[in-house]
Amino acid sequence: MAAKPKRAAAAKRKPQPQIDAATRLKLYRTMVECRQLEQRAHDLFMQNLIKGTSHLALGQEAVAAGFGVAMREDDYTFCTYRGHNHTYVRGVSMTAILGELMGNSAGLMRGKGGSMHLTSVEHGAMGSYAIIGAHLPIAAGAAWSAQYRGTEQVAVCFFGDGTTNIGAFHEAINFAVVWKLPVVFVCENNLYMEYTSIYDVTAVRNPAADRASAYGLEPILIDGNDVDVVYETAEAALERARSGGGPSLIEAVTYRHGGHSRADPGKYRPDDEVKEWLGRDPVPMYRERLLGLDIDAADLDRIDAETLAMIDEATETARNAPLPDVDIAWIDVWADGGAQWRN
Amino acid sequence: MAQLSYREAVTEALAQEMRRDENVVFIGEDVAAAGGVFKTTVGLLEEFGPDRVRDTPISEQAILGATMGAAMTGLKPVAEIMFSDFFAVCWDIVANQIAKTRYMTDGQAELPLVIRSGNGGGVRFGAQHSQSVENWAMAVPGLKVVAPAMPADVKGLLAASIRDPDPVLFFEQKALYAAKGEVPDGEHVEPLGTASVLRSGSDVTIVALALMVPRALKAAEELEAQHGISATVVDVRSLVPLDTQTILSEVAKTGRLVTVEENPRLCGWGAEISSIVAEELFWDLDGPIVRVTTPHIPLAAADSLEDAMLPSADKIVASVRELVD
Repeated sequence: MAAKPKRAAAAKRKPQPQIDAATRLKLYRTMVECRQLEQRAHDLFMQNLIKGTSHLALGQEAVAAGFGVAMREDDYTFCTYRGHNHTYVRGVSMTAILGELMGNSAGLMRGKGGSMHLTSVEHGAMGSYAIIGAHLPIAAGAAWSAQYRGTEQVAVCFFGDGTTNIGAFHEAINFAVVWKLPVVFVCENNLYMEYTSIYDVTAVRNPAADRASAYGLEPILIDGNDVDVVYETAEAALERARSGGGPSLIEAVTYRHGGHSRADPGKYRPDDEVKEWLGRDPVPMYRERLLGLDIDAADLDRIDAETLAMIDEATETARNAPLPDVDIAWIDVWADGGAQWRN
Repeated sequence: MAQLSYREAVTEALAQEMRRDENVVFIGEDVAAAGGVFKTTVGLLEEFGPDRVRDTPISEQAILGATMGAAMTGLKPVAEIMFSDFFAVCWDIVANQIAKTRYMTDGQAELPLVIRSGNGGGVRFGAQHSQSVENWAMAVPGLKVVAPAMPADVKGLLAASIRDPDPVLFFEQKALYAAKGEVPDGEHVEPLGTASVLRSGSDVTIVALALMVPRALKAAEELEAQHGISATVVDVRSLVPLDTQTILSEVAKTGRLVTVEENPRLCGWGAEISSIVAEELFWDLDGPIVRVTTPHIPLAAADSLEDAMLPSADKIVASVRELVD
């Protein structure tokens, strides 16, 4: 029997007055955009316009939005194959993301990376990594570079609960603590590694937070569906990293609304568990809170409508883009643009 | 010109490039305070300080991941993997991440990094500390692969690897660290992707790499002196990019090719060169292509057993005589 995650104390906190209304609207808008983008990706899959696989973050929008809004423009994001939202919140266009999913010339990498590898260096989205654990040390390296160059940039690294059981997680966190690197490790604990409950395969109840003390870090366990909590936690961790205080390890408990990937209907999850978490959907939950804070429903409706118009336009542009020129399969193995390995 | 050991040439190249470019930084296990377990980096910490020369935990994934992240964000890091056998514990970072990221990102990501590693046998360390793994690296698109034999090339090719905008795996042959040779004073940079013709002959072309180069040279001298066979010796130096033009032209002159590889036989680099020569130079050949390799077995620790497995000058002589006579 899987243990239920301990509800973070922060989740029960009242909305903090220091988050101003403009920021709250930005958090709401970002979550709505993420939700619509993922929902559209799902729909395009159903229409067979997206091939291969895709790992949606429906239900996990509060983590991407909370961090995305809190991060500085020149900070670095490293995320996983479940990374559409993390890439989007750094400023990448919906067209570029949908184009990449559809494998055409509108795509962020013109089809050379695909859903699992969205990257936009100019936006600080330094890659979506599809091998579990790999990007934790890579993020530490970007943080080392920022530390060496004295830029006060922070690297933020998102990963799932399953990652806490692979070696690279432990190597990277130890390394980052010893070198006091400006990196924030964010575990999105959505309770399932792929098809198996994280609690069935992990020695501790909170897969990231309970490991923090092994590296001399404060355990930080938060409600990953409460965007205010995520935003405040992000601000504190980013400030700590930026001011030379070293890394943080945050466990944000959340839930994916669907299965692990396109092929997975997620039937291994008990119905009442799914029902409970759908009742804690971060987007309507935040809408309720904002209405309670006297934010006008019309303002929120307008954000919803603007987002829908934006995603419709992006979809049309992306789906009508031509296929990539096959010649691009032959370029950019090397820095000279080519693929030559012999003379 | 100065007489330097192979290991001193490593230090010289690192110091030369670190003086030239403050974005060159160097990390690894026991590399800073201890100067490296093979004493290849003695004095670097003292000259460049702890921000640029840093000891790491025994965490090869962290070492190479951090190297990649630093390279993507403006530095030119050099990492040491103490023994090349240890690539097996961090191969994801090398083969999946470092090698593919520029390509997958449609050219966005920059990866100017070097991974130095002690490679190969001859030092009686047993099966897990003696492997020649250059062909592991060669099998992955996106990695440049360099393996020098001579101290001068160590300096020149390591400097070039650090300046190169692509990821380079730089294999240093452990049994050669004490070997001495003439090394140019001052700044010395040799272009990657160039083979070196060390000896010109008329009967056979011997193509070798790293520790096999001095053995091939010794064999060539013996073939000349005792058997009247005149051999060309080519040091491949760089497997990726591969200087096939030099190899093809040297084989065309003699009509015979013998490759000498330290790696176990299957899918060794000599097979790739043999295939290229067979496809592109078949009608110029006067005999079959011969590969001298370590057999397809792990290396034993005992000196007598290791010596029985690695290609020696005697084995090269015997193989060439069988081909030419």
